[in-house]
Amino acid sequence: MSALVIKDLHVSIADKEILRGLNLEIPKGEVHAVMGPNGSGKSTLSKVIAGHPDYTVTRGEVLLDGKNVLGLEPDERSRMGLFLAFQYPLEIPGVSNANFIRAAVQARLPEGEELEATEFYAKLYEKMDLLEMPRAFTARSVNEGFSGGEKKRNEILQMAMLEPSYAILDETDSGLDIDALKVVSNGVNALRGPNLGILLITHYQRLLDYIVPDYVHVMVGGRIVQSGGKELALELEAKGYDFIREGLEEPALAS
Amino acid sequence: MTSSILEPEFMEQTLAGAAGKLLGAGPLLNDSPAWLQALRSSAWQRFEALPMPQRTDETWRFSNVRGLDLSAYCAPQPLAAEAGDDLVARSRGLDQVSGRMVFGNDQLLSQEAFSGQLREKGVLWLPLEEAFEQHPDLVRKHFMREDAILGSQKFAALHQSQVRAGTFLYVPRGVELSLPLETFHWMTGQAGACFPHTLIVAEERSKVTLVDYLQSADPASEGFASGVSDLWLEAGAQVTYVCVQDWSAKARSFQVNSTVVGRDARAVALSLQLGSAAVRSESVSHLRGEGGRSEMLSLALTLGRQELDQRTFQIHEVPHTSSDLLYKVALDDVSRSVFSGVIRVNPGAHQTDAYQKVRNLLLSDEAEANSAPGLEIEADDVRCTHGATTGQIDEEELFYLLSRGIPKKEAQKLFVDGFLQEVIARLGHDALGESLREKVHAKCGANHHWAE
Repeated sequence: MSALVIKDLHVSIADKEILRGLNLEIPKGEVHAVMGPNGSGKSTLSKVIAGHPDYTVTRGEVLLDGKNVLGLEPDERSRMGLFLAFQYPLEIPGVSNANFIRAAVQARLPEGEELEATEFYAKLYEKMDLLEMPRAFTARSVNEGFSGGEKKRNEILQMAMLEPSYAILDETDSGLDIDALKVVSNGVNALRGPNLGILLITHYQRLLDYIVPDYVHVMVGGRIVQSGGKELALELEAKGYDFIREGLEEPALAS
Repeated sequence: MTSSILEPEFMEQTLAGAAGKLLGAGPLLNDSPAWLQALRSSAWQRFEALPMPQRTDETWRFSNVRGLDLSAYCAPQPLAAEAGDDLVARSRGLDQVSGRMVFGNDQLLSQEAFSGQLREKGVLWLPLEEAFEQHPDLVRKHFMREDAILGSQKFAALHQSQVRAGTFLYVPRGVELSLPLETFHWMTGQAGACFPHTLIVAEERSKVTLVDYLQSADPASEGFASGVSDLWLEAGAQVTYVCVQDWSAKARSFQVNSTVVGRDARAVALSLQLGSAAVRSESVSHLRGEGGRSEMLSLALTLGRQELDQRTFQIHEVPHTSSDLLYKVALDDVSRSVFSGVIRVNPGAHQTDAYQKVRNLLLSDEAEANSAPGLEIEADDVRCTHGATTGQIDEEELFYLLSRGIPKKEAQKLFVDGFLQEVIARLGHDALGESLREKVHAKCGANHHWAE
């Protein structure tokens, strides 16, 4: 059961149902893209999987290698191997990026074991080089004063350091110019492999030129309405989301 | 490099009054010079004449003084040799310092100079009692010349009547000490008392850093401390003074600080408030010479039922001076803090630049912070800004840290760290800043002392 499985997931926020019976399976080693128009519930999906407290799950399961993670705290889910790259990474004033990442790596060690600093920094620098991040980013406060591209690179840096089994990239392409998009995509592609399942959430097909998915799913009105190969993304790009909506039996809730 | 360890002194304390009790003990009258005995006697009379502060007093508004019973404490008791050695061994500060002095129950335990600079350059770095004997004129010119004016007159008078422990530091004209000096004050035993004193006189263009550590031998003992620190900066002097208050979780701490800033001088005074059940800290900056600047910094983490009461006064006496206050308090559990601070610009003190910023971070729903900033401006063409805010950890920021696998308690530590970092950065001293940060971390990990 090496997969991230989402079964019949219903999610509400303040009494408004946003996910309405969503099913999705991401086997380890594969890259799945979820595309959808604004308001289809894409970001809700990523936050619910990560355990954001604002959302209420009314039905369904999220299974990480067979274990239901709903009801677990966000930090427990993370340590089980889940990672969310934020659409809008938060700024944490006064906390250095290195200390932040170090605390996250430390949290994965058995109780009483201290992280070896030299090894940590060697690995951190290696991953930063891969993402073309200058060393100065270790001492700067987490995301404070970072450009949009720098914030996204910093998300991928954390992913590289934490080595999750499943990573959700929430609109990682938003706000990136083409050069930044290439750097970030290279970083993600370098992490691809049999031990990592990736869920790419995006509004635009552009990202999928650089991170080529194995499967594409279309999300409308809080559920997956169509799935296919990577060519589905091109079809969407050409025809727009309306062509999906027209094929639906009931009207989508998308705004 | 010279190093000398003094044998601990065990002179019998001749305390008048019954059974070494603090109250009724009278002034400390040992074989000290006559002028000092006279000073202590009149201070004792003032102490006895002044009423105990009441919550209804304007200067004690919001503070909890009801529980204070001075009769519960003993005058400082002599230490056994072994206990003294133990405290010297436990006096661990920075790796690199020019010198270190250690006191236990107001008695000198050791004085070590690690740098020949001190003697060569004519720096006087002496235990207070020695300074009273050897440099009476220099000491008398500065010793407690600025009165406590923010409410703690009674405790300052008590201090003056009992004081004998602390550092006298005199830095001659043009002398710069590259490494800090350190003084440790230890309080031991049950219901002890302690009167730490620090007097820094920095002559023209001199530069020095001194760190005081106030600590209890037993983290669970009761105790009473009333300390005074006075900084005198002559033209162009630069003084950094750091006080780490880490008395036991049941102690009561009173601190009175005054800083007199001369022409083009720059003072940085930082207090790290960690220990004590209740703290009253008063700090006054007198901007007395044109171009003078005073930075008043404080950082604190309060736990359990701790109460932290800080009062400040930035007095701009002449034109073209600046003061910059930054106080940050992180409060957890049911702890409380009070801040009351006034910026005063005297008539004619034009081109004053004065800032006052107070930030409170509430880590629990039951913690409480009160802030009362005030301005008294009697000059034109001044720039004064003040502001106090109280906030909580941002939920989205917390989720971000949790989503990286960082447990909630660790995440909270990082937030406290980040919150206090702004104050630590102002010191501009990496090693010292790091050691302060470690002390805050140690407190985060030792909250069992505060759980009651």
